[in-house]
Amino acid sequence: MTLLLLLAVLDGLAHAALVFMVAVGLTLVFGVLRVLNVAHGSFFAIGAYVAATLGTAAAATAAAPLFALPALLVAAMLVGGLLGPVVERLLLSRIYVKDHVLQLLVTFALFMILEDVQKLIWGVQPIFQDAAVKALGPVEVGDIVYTRYQLFLLPAVAAATLLCLMWFLRRTLTGRVIVAVTHDREAATAMGIDAARVYLLTFSFGTMLAALGGALAAPTTSLVPGIGVNMIVLSFAVVATAGLGQIEGAALTALLIGLGRSIAVYFAPEFEVVIPYLIMVAVLLVRPHGLFGSPELRRV
Amino acid sequence: MFGVPGRNAAELLIEQINAAGGVGGVPLRAAVIDEAPGVDFLLGECRRLAQNEGVDVMLASISSGSCLAVAPRAEQLRLPILLWDCGTQRIFEENSFRYAVRTQANAVPEIVAPLLYLMRARPEFRTLAVVNQDYAWGRDSWAIWKAAMDAVKPGVRVVAELFPRFGATDFSTEITRLQALRPDVIFSTSWGGELDTFIRQAAERRLFERSTFVLPLGESSLERVGRTLPEGVIVGARGDHWFLHPTARDTELLRGFTEAYRQRFSLYPIYPTFHMAQALFALKAGYEKAIAANGGRWPSREQFMETMRGLEFSHLTGTMRIREDGQGLEPMLIGTTRHVPAFPFSVLDQMILYPPELVMNPIGTRGLDWVRLLTPAAVQRAPAPIAYRA
Repeated sequence: MTLLLLLAVLDGLAHAALVFMVAVGLTLVFGVLRVLNVAHGSFFAIGAYVAATLGTAAAATAAAPLFALPALLVAAMLVGGLLGPVVERLLLSRIYVKDHVLQLLVTFALFMILEDVQKLIWGVQPIFQDAAVKALGPVEVGDIVYTRYQLFLLPAVAAATLLCLMWFLRRTLTGRVIVAVTHDREAATAMGIDAARVYLLTFSFGTMLAALGGALAAPTTSLVPGIGVNMIVLSFAVVATAGLGQIEGAALTALLIGLGRSIAVYFAPEFEVVIPYLIMVAVLLVRPHGLFGSPELRRV
Repeated sequence: MFGVPGRNAAELLIEQINAAGGVGGVPLRAAVIDEAPGVDFLLGECRRLAQNEGVDVMLASISSGSCLAVAPRAEQLRLPILLWDCGTQRIFEENSFRYAVRTQANAVPEIVAPLLYLMRARPEFRTLAVVNQDYAWGRDSWAIWKAAMDAVKPGVRVVAELFPRFGATDFSTEITRLQALRPDVIFSTSWGGELDTFIRQAAERRLFERSTFVLPLGESSLERVGRTLPEGVIVGARGDHWFLHPTARDTELLRGFTEAYRQRFSLYPIYPTFHMAQALFALKAGYEKAIAANGGRWPSREQFMETMRGLEFSHLTGTMRIREDGQGLEPMLIGTTRHVPAFPFSVLDQMILYPPELVMNPIGTRGLDWVRLLTPAAVQRAPAPIAYRA
């Protein structure tokens, strides 16, 4: 029993790491921009496809193992740096003051468009590129074979992302500016902060986090149309459970959901699919604004 | 996933049929509909094609849910429909349709044949785990396998029944659990990207070294997963077809088709490709027979459908028959994976072509009831295996 629980925890950590990477971008964007971005799932998928494309290109070279891991980061930076600013400037900046329903509809439309764009570029056949997993190789825990990528790299990247984000937002000038805009955009603007620039920066960074989640997932799975849908639904569950805009909450909730899912596979496989949503419902019944959320006060 | 190989086959074969004079002198024109948006969309398109476009015959579809919905609609519209790829055996067991027939086999032989093959290859297995997609096919195929296995080899212990969400992208936890349980056999009827992912994750974590895998739909993933799929895996082809079919690989027809397909699409044909080919060969044979029976005149829809029942026709890899109840009868090709220098992916070795009378329930019976009557003697009645030839 103890061994089974240990195995379930190891599996849960890897799953939680991927979910966190996507959910934290979603919650960051909502926390600052107040836009619930459905297209976030597309950024995850595009990050995965770009990583697989770069990985395949790198695999053709003699130094393939050296490039396998950096290619994941490059893919995330490319998507975050190119797609993020374009979407923010051309689309989101026009709807910040609009109703939340309209924002949802616009980002949903973008999501649908990007889904088709993925099919146009990468087709509908499964794509697989696991050079990064192979570069790190397997490791045995007791009698069970894991991949080092899954067991060490994914949780390490997620933990590093969380710590860096907390440090960035609390200890750096740019981070504090972002927090200031989040608390009160008008007051921050009155004090000389360029809120539009903060929005652009935050959205691009959120996009990069989603793409990094996709890039990290890419070596472990087959890329097929629809992978973004699955991840965005799960990410919404994480964000809603944690409380909108809560970064540490997203980490804890992703961990809960990851562990809950893997424990379910061991002890009650029939519940695997519904575990994230059972956790969400249970939390929201007790804390309607999420684990770390709080009711927003009216300013007038 | 499977729609594209099917459409590719249709595109290629319709060109060839039209270049050879069409069907009874009439050229074919195809309208392609994506069934992915769902059953409601497909039913709407079915009506539009029949009433606005005036199509003569419809080939549908990949999803069993789509077939179950489309067959009654075609009946209302008096539109001949050839069910070309969906697996559910229930269509003709629970209903009788005048305007629908199936041009391939169904879930019962597709599951019974790999079971008989496993019984022959690894008769000593005692424990088994299942990892199927959590939707109708995954559940139904497991029900057939379990019932048949209890009949031909009672006492096998099922150590895990895992049904990951349809569309799942990660099987790490399932693989860890399977490593801990160490079943003799792992059975999975998954397909597409999910099967590819499961194979790759299982290979990375050496699960293939601990258990014998049975993958009844594995033929469709062979080229994509390359040599990640190791030797010794039991793989099904969902019918009497493969581009290296043991008895047809040297025929002009199959070689020509495979070469033309590869040249145009840069891939080897897989089972949906062959299923589409079977439907088009059946369509041509049925119309030509109906035209002959009608004194050389184009037949009515009813005359065409009457001809289709009982029709025996040749296709790329052999011949098959459409039974009087509408079910298609074709042998089931099952083999074991082997690595050979000629291909960068696994090929099938020790292939057995299970005849339909051995693995398919007789007319008037239900597949799930019939498999419970199977006996261990069925294992011995299979034809001899055919080795892969370089």
